[in-house]
Amino acid sequence: MADAVAVETVGLTKLFPGGDRPAVDKVDLATEQGEYLVLLGPSGCGKTTLLRMIAGLEQPTDGEVRIGGDVVNGLPPRARRIAMVFQSYALYPHKTVRQNIEFPLKAEKIPADKRRERAAWAADLLGIAGLLDRRPRQLSGGERQRVALARALVREPSVFLLDEPLSNLDAKLRAVARDDLKDFHKEVGTTTIYVTHDQVEAMGMGDRIVVMLDGQVRQVGPPQAVYERPADTFVATFLGSPPMNLVPRDDVIVGFRPEKALPADVLGERLDGHTRWSLDVNRIEYLSGDRHLHGLATGLGKPTPVIVRLPATVLTPIEAGTTYEFVVRETDLRYFDSETERAREDPS
Amino acid sequence: MTATSAPARARVTDREGLLARLMLLPAIVYILALVAIPFVVAIAYSFSDVTAGDPSFDWVGLENYRANLDDPVFTRSLWNTFFFTAATMVLTVVFANIVALLLTTDFRGKWFVRFLILLPWTTPAALGAIAWLFMLDSLLSPIDWILWQIGLLEEPRHVVWLGNSGWAKASVIGVQVWRLVPLAAVIIMAGQTSIPDDIKDAAAIDGAGFWRRLWEVTLPLTLPVIAIAVLFGSILTFTDMSLVSVLTNGGPVNQTQVLASWAYVRGIDGGNLAQGAAVAVFLLPLLLAATIAILRAVRRWEVG
Amino acid sequence: MTGTVDAAAGPAGPGPDPADATAPRGAAGPTVEQQRRQARRRHVAARIVVYLVAILAALVSAFPFIVEAIITFKRDQDLYAPGNNPFIYNLDPTVEHLDFLFTGTGFLGFVGNTLLVGGAVVAITLVLALPAAYSLARLPLRWGGALGITIFLVYLIPPSLLFVSFSRLVANLDLQDSKWALVVLYPTITVPVSVWLLTGFFRSIPRDIEEQAMVDGYSRLAAFGRVAVPLAFPGIVAVVVFAFTLSAHEYLYASAFVSSSSEKTVSIGIPTELVLGDVFHWQELQAAALLVALPIAFMFNLLLGRFVAGFTMGAVKG
Repeated sequence: MADAVAVETVGLTKLFPGGDRPAVDKVDLATEQGEYLVLLGPSGCGKTTLLRMIAGLEQPTDGEVRIGGDVVNGLPPRARRIAMVFQSYALYPHKTVRQNIEFPLKAEKIPADKRRERAAWAADLLGIAGLLDRRPRQLSGGERQRVALARALVREPSVFLLDEPLSNLDAKLRAVARDDLKDFHKEVGTTTIYVTHDQVEAMGMGDRIVVMLDGQVRQVGPPQAVYERPADTFVATFLGSPPMNLVPRDDVIVGFRPEKALPADVLGERLDGHTRWSLDVNRIEYLSGDRHLHGLATGLGKPTPVIVRLPATVLTPIEAGTTYEFVVRETDLRYFDSETERAREDPS
Repeated sequence: MTATSAPARARVTDREGLLARLMLLPAIVYILALVAIPFVVAIAYSFSDVTAGDPSFDWVGLENYRANLDDPVFTRSLWNTFFFTAATMVLTVVFANIVALLLTTDFRGKWFVRFLILLPWTTPAALGAIAWLFMLDSLLSPIDWILWQIGLLEEPRHVVWLGNSGWAKASVIGVQVWRLVPLAAVIIMAGQTSIPDDIKDAAAIDGAGFWRRLWEVTLPLTLPVIAIAVLFGSILTFTDMSLVSVLTNGGPVNQTQVLASWAYVRGIDGGNLAQGAAVAVFLLPLLLAATIAILRAVRRWEVG
Repeated sequence: MTGTVDAAAGPAGPGPDPADATAPRGAAGPTVEQQRRQARRRHVAARIVVYLVAILAALVSAFPFIVEAIITFKRDQDLYAPGNNPFIYNLDPTVEHLDFLFTGTGFLGFVGNTLLVGGAVVAITLVLALPAAYSLARLPLRWGGALGITIFLVYLIPPSLLFVSFSRLVANLDLQDSKWALVVLYPTITVPVSVWLLTGFFRSIPRDIEEQAMVDGYSRLAAFGRVAVPLAFPGIVAVVVFAFTLSAHEYLYASAFVSSSSEKTVSIGIPTELVLGDVFHWQELQAAALLVALPIAFMFNLLLGRFVAGFTMGAVKG
């Protein structure tokens, strides 16, 4: 039976004793079967608490968690048919890799020969068949992640829960591990909920991103939607590196992404549909072939420090200390209400 | 591939609140039955006239306490308990720090030296006392013999270590120190090794020599651990009766009695359980005060 | 000549090394070579001090035991002759006293009793303390913190007071003059500290691993048994050593509640049974004390690393 909705939370709330605000505040969430859902936000935003409530490691103060249509509040983790990978991978140090992978199967009282079979299958899928007799302390970070995934896989859960599994890896390894995870998801197809504070990871991996702050969901959507049409200034500045530029003007905030601005002379005379403004360049950074121009923007609203990202294909010479004419396409401008900081229509 | 079984219901072993209580229960029951209740009973005894021969419980109020205060041996025991413990701890801390420093440096034969240094602690207190019984014997003491050879003592005079009131007290303190230094050193060593290396390196770069580093870095940072060592050492000394019993039997003429040993003499040897209890009760305020003082000090000194 | 250090003028110059803060500038200061020699001398002096202190400490600690070892083999005439050098064998050494110790006294019985009592006490302590410590460390209890402190306070109640009640209890349980009385009573001393030690240890195990076990299909209790307990192994070793040593060392209860020779442990048996009448059987006495001290010391040394870790875990986190 294919569940249309694998995991759902309804009004899920968690208030820790002694806390001044809920860690998770009336969150409604619904995952689609087989999707890769990313919970994204800064530390303290409640994403991990939310994940733990779905897992059953934390009891909600209010609201419901539903897995496969059944309400699971009050059920212990082992009864929920979920698998979880912690940031530290939580491999049992006193067991071999094989014993680690077989551990969940032991809990289900599966006989030894079947366990061996399943463990071998999972290990093959993740390419760690050769490591089965090693112990965790003998493995590299990437290998440990794969053992953790094999162990999660072996239960054939309905949901995978991943809590920042890439944070402990060094930068170079992280990119490789990310690809591994994506391939893994494609291969296995299980609904996955993935927690991270790294927006690059989120953009690269998620089918949909849930952006959270202070226990509340700010926006849900596919990466492109969240990036191009942020629901508020927090989402606008949290995603994208460098973040969206925000220029206050009267009672709105005008926003544009650094890569959407171009020097006026690139377009020559074809300036319809573009807004003109001036950039007083302060400093130039050369990053991965792009030029990042840091400077003061005037003509859009209050003079505000902004960053403009010029790709290598734009050859216009730029010098620090000079003011240049810049343009942004009007359809690339975003508007936010000064008070609520939420997105709004173009006021003009 | 087969799917996993249908979700199980939550069982007792999952209900964490209940589980916590159940896991705690055996220990709590045991302690209640074998410590809390006997504790209260013992205090009640101190107000009674219970003896080994006549176990009937009759209330006598503060009679036993009054008798104690009139008893010179009791007051001597009280004083000795304080004095012995204080002297022991001071000496122990000094020597234990030295030994700890020694054991944290490297040198050849360290394992053997460490083995020897630990011997006094690993030996049961009574058996350590036996070793010293010979060393301090009034006739056969090898220490006397050495003193004869050096000329500090005139042969065939003896110091009579355990028979002379002053020397007996010194001996008791000395043997306690001898026994406690290894334990204290081990605890302090653990504290010294937990000082982050960067701090020691920074001190060395800043030009601090050995002594300055010791006084201004190592000692201040290990103060909490030293306090813990003092706490345990004090408790052990306060409550110990085996050393005094075996070494001097409280002698000569009850001059080296401490509360613990005197309570035993009254309660078991003398059969007067009520009086024994009344003596032992005096240990409680001392212990509690010492513990609170040291724990508070530890909290204050706890650095980062 | 004062002034700031010129970084450009390196140690290649004839003046003092600018990186050496203690070197005076300008006239007659120690050269680098002199300072190096001084440092080496200081280093050698330090080594000598270390060895001296080591030898002294070892000697003072072990002196009585060395004497014990020598005395064991001395003949009576040698031992009791006044003025004889106690450190050498003026007459030939003999094993007759050692022999007597094993065949003519209850020594072996004492050892057996000690091992039995020790083992039983360790088992009881672990059974009581492990679940209790885990509960305090991990499971939600509002009064958990207060309970922990109470358990520690219990440790402070002196045996000198409790034995008064225990003598009635032992009589009621009909255990007087039996080593089983000790098995019942010793955990009152071992359990509080063991709970304290083990709580610290359990707290130091990352929660992740136990939660992983629960996600993997185990109940909290199973996670305790299969994951937490194996990972707390060093703490358990510390408790075993501590509980066993304590049973072997204990004197007060052993003295109060056991009187017949066949039931005594080494701690009380040796001081009482080897002094027959007024006569101290020194050689047997010393030999017995030494034979008990050495194995325990050995065990301690082997496990010292683990023991220290256990102790500081409990101490710092407690």
